[in-house]
Amino acid sequence: MTKQFRILYKVCIILLAVIAAMALGAVILVAIGADVFKTYAVILFEPLKNIGLLSEVFIRMIPLTIIALGIAVAYRSGIINIGAEGQMAIGILTTTAVALAMPNLPKPLLLPLVLIAGAAGGALWGAIPGILKAKLQVSELLSTVMLNYIAEQFYTFCLRKPMLDPAEMMNGSGTPQSMRLTKNIWLTRFVPGTRLHTGLFIAIAFAVLIYFMLWKTSFGYKMRASGSSARAARYGGINVPAFLIIAMLISGAFAGLAGAVEICGVHHRAIQGITSGYGFSGIVVALFGGLHPAGIIPAAFFFGLLLVGGNMTQNAVGVPANMVQVLQGVIILVIVATQMVLSNEYLMERVWRRFHKEEKA
Amino acid sequence: MNYIVTILTLAISSCVALLLASLGEMFNQRAGVFNLGCEGIMSMGAFLGMLVPYAVGRGGATPEICNVAGLLLATGVGALLGLFFGLIVVTFRAPQGIAGIGLQMFGVGTAGTLFRHFIGGTQSVPGISTPPIPLLSKIPFLGPIFFSQNIMVYLAFLFVPLAWYLLFKTPWGLKIRAVGTNPRAADSIGIPVNKIRYQSLALGGALAGLAGAYLSLCQAKMFSDSIVSGRGFIAVALVYFGHWQPVKIMWGALLFSLAQTFQTIIQSQGINFPYEFAVMLPYVLVIVVLAFDRESQRLGPTALGQPFDREIRT
Repeated sequence: MTKQFRILYKVCIILLAVIAAMALGAVILVAIGADVFKTYAVILFEPLKNIGLLSEVFIRMIPLTIIALGIAVAYRSGIINIGAEGQMAIGILTTTAVALAMPNLPKPLLLPLVLIAGAAGGALWGAIPGILKAKLQVSELLSTVMLNYIAEQFYTFCLRKPMLDPAEMMNGSGTPQSMRLTKNIWLTRFVPGTRLHTGLFIAIAFAVLIYFMLWKTSFGYKMRASGSSARAARYGGINVPAFLIIAMLISGAFAGLAGAVEICGVHHRAIQGITSGYGFSGIVVALFGGLHPAGIIPAAFFFGLLLVGGNMTQNAVGVPANMVQVLQGVIILVIVATQMVLSNEYLMERVWRRFHKEEKA
Repeated sequence: MNYIVTILTLAISSCVALLLASLGEMFNQRAGVFNLGCEGIMSMGAFLGMLVPYAVGRGGATPEICNVAGLLLATGVGALLGLFFGLIVVTFRAPQGIAGIGLQMFGVGTAGTLFRHFIGGTQSVPGISTPPIPLLSKIPFLGPIFFSQNIMVYLAFLFVPLAWYLLFKTPWGLKIRAVGTNPRAADSIGIPVNKIRYQSLALGGALAGLAGAYLSLCQAKMFSDSIVSGRGFIAVALVYFGHWQPVKIMWGALLFSLAQTFQTIIQSQGINFPYEFAVMLPYVLVIVVLAFDRESQRLGPTALGQPFDREIRT
């Protein structure tokens, strides 16, 4: 088997996968009678047209990057974290709680403190499925999903009762939201006229950090070893259950941090619907980015584009924004299937033989 | 007394969706496939179930045949989605957990997209309602609970012994269990492993679709994005809780829907208790059950979650 054939084969498979994903999305678009090409064009190119929309893409890229980094760490350690949605919600609550409790601290002290609080909240929520998996062999797929629903309810409760904005209570409109948080926690918006905030640099800094942690330290090596072959890792003297818990702590901390950054950078108060599917999109971003920080950053940009573009299809071509969720689901399915095909040496061998025979004959 | 009757009546009627989806998932898992996409299939079923009666009646009276057509459409598309999942995890042998999340997002997203296009806002349908059984429903206490339910409730509970029979007393059931326990051994005596897995996925998907249609046609009589709200995931957990046995799954479904009815009671009775915590109850229950039911980790199909590849010796 020649090297050229290997590369050609892989490129063909990936192209096929892209076509399959677009085609599956197109089936749904055709079902609602939309113009397929125009819809894809709106989603992919419309948000790039002016600086305001482009900045919105970057704003969505920030939490997506941070969450996807955490999910990649967990995935590499052999635990699939689909609870980022809930961990992010808890992170938002702890961030808000700290900001409400100490509004008068100076900014250089308070801002790091609330970010740490957010991360700690997420880590706490993430640790639960980690411990359940490590100690009691509970499937993390089910426990994280359940914790998402629990966190969602707890979030609504907190906004409705203990954290409710006193002004809302007075007026009696009762919108479940906290009061506007002190300016001491606001992240700077560095592009005038847009909401783009310095959280972008936090996200990129953490991407670099995760790269070094996973690939340049023995700690990261042990994590990846526990993930790729738990038995071999145990034989090599690695405490696999401990690393499972640590992986979930890190993963949850990142989701919580994403929530904190969203509060400090965009919303400045806890309201409903901040998480809005970021936890699930983060899974797609992590997979699409090949579970590697260098891939996750561009992948997060791409899905930021998808989220912003998806909000525009309703007005432009009459396609509901839910279409983005369809595309994300399709992309997950296609990625996992493609990975298996790509790693199937036997199949490649067969394709090679068939072509080889034809050449000979 | 009246109170207890209300709770039990509600619990029985609201457990149907859980029961059907969970029995379907049981067939999947018995064949070795972990289908986490159940939630997505249920969502699609819920939308398609009400689409037909809505399109015909526009919210007004609809002939009964439309409801039946809705149920059939939901069941059929559910089976197709099950087969589609089979393509990903059986033929391509993708990891099942993450693929299930993909199917869930695909299903929920598609239902939402189609719903906004074809129906738009909150629209209700008359749905399926059947008169209480004469005479029997007049029995005090037992009457309202057991004999004034929707016809779908009886059919769903009738499916429990049927599922048991299918799984334990037919050759096909034996094959499903063989394929989920030791696919290599099953393969060596000529059982087509992947074909059986596809069949079980089609059955599981059909039941999940039907469960979704029950939610929109019989329970809520409308569709919304959050109509399934985790029931698909709870159904998956119920299979563990029920130790992969139809009858135990039925008891589990009843227990969980009882937990869900507390929320309704608290809201309707104006009890001063944050209702969010009542909504949480079933989800907390799932985690507690999974954590402390040590048996369930021992009893599961041994090949659960493992793709079968004839070419790879392990």
